[in-house]
Amino acid sequence: MGKAAAPMTGAGMLLGARKVAVLMPGVVVFAVAFGAAAAGKGLSLFETALMSATVYAGVAQLVAMELWRPEWSWGAIAGLAVVTATVNARMVLQGASLQPWFAAYPKTLNAAHLFLFTDASWVIGTRYRAEGGRDLGVLIGSGLALWVVWLIATVAGHLAGALVSDPRRYGLDLVMPIFFAAMIVPLWRGRRAALPWVVAGLVALVTAKLFEGYAFIIVGALSGALVGAFRDDAA
Amino acid sequence: MTLPDPGAWGAILAIAAMTVATYLCRISGVVLMGFIPLTPHVRRGLAALPGCIIAATVLPLIERLGPAAAVALLAAIGSMVLRRNELLALVVGMSAIAGLRALGF
Repeated sequence: MGKAAAPMTGAGMLLGARKVAVLMPGVVVFAVAFGAAAAGKGLSLFETALMSATVYAGVAQLVAMELWRPEWSWGAIAGLAVVTATVNARMVLQGASLQPWFAAYPKTLNAAHLFLFTDASWVIGTRYRAEGGRDLGVLIGSGLALWVVWLIATVAGHLAGALVSDPRRYGLDLVMPIFFAAMIVPLWRGRRAALPWVVAGLVALVTAKLFEGYAFIIVGALSGALVGAFRDDAA
Repeated sequence: MTLPDPGAWGAILAIAAMTVATYLCRISGVVLMGFIPLTPHVRRGLAALPGCIIAATVLPLIERLGPAAAVALLAAIGSMVLRRNELLALVVGMSAIAGLRALGF
């Protein structure tokens, strides 16, 4: 490692970990909320930690808690995988945008470090690269540091959540919906950009009324995204 | 041929399915980059997607959970607009729902 064209250094990884530190308070709260929600849904500590360690995608994990069930059929598992892929579809675009950077590195290294790829590392990596940086360690270090904190805070949240005997009474069943609703604010780009969201919400409402299961998220979200894709953005 | 029921392994298999789905999302953009041109339409659709997913998840949920939940979510959004603090928004939203439920709503 460390050749000029495709550097990957320990110093870069430390820099990445430092860059991601500003996001840690928010990530800790998010992970604790997930851990508590998972405890409320009856996931064991092992299952909760396993999900944070291997899925490592906050929004998808919180959506999964909303859809979690005590008994699983193959159809329900496949449905959960489809919803997860839908929620994480943004990663496809994020990964594509950084592909020219990754192309200089071995395929096996890329396959390994992309396991740690998140919104945060995408933002950090994109900014770092725009400033002329080329050290892949920055991206890997940010993803790794976040992963460790995400896992520890998840466990803490599960332990704290398990102490609450009646989650409904303290509003813990609303942790996920509250976080989701709050996330709309940083995503806000004006009223015109919100039109696809309105379509998504309304289509989801109607779909949820007509069909059982959770197809409403996919149908609603894709309807909204279609509106976003084909709306005239000139104005 | 029929698969045996997931049974006791259901939760672990569900987590494994999520892991595979998420990993495929992480690598597929990098892998497909050379094959699929990201037209402005595709780019705009993907840009709108996160907010659409939130709306499509939350709205049916509010419908199911009732007006107290709607008030709590609006309180959290209001707090987020004023302070941009996720922790505070969570505290505000949860205080609202706990208060409303204590009052019998």
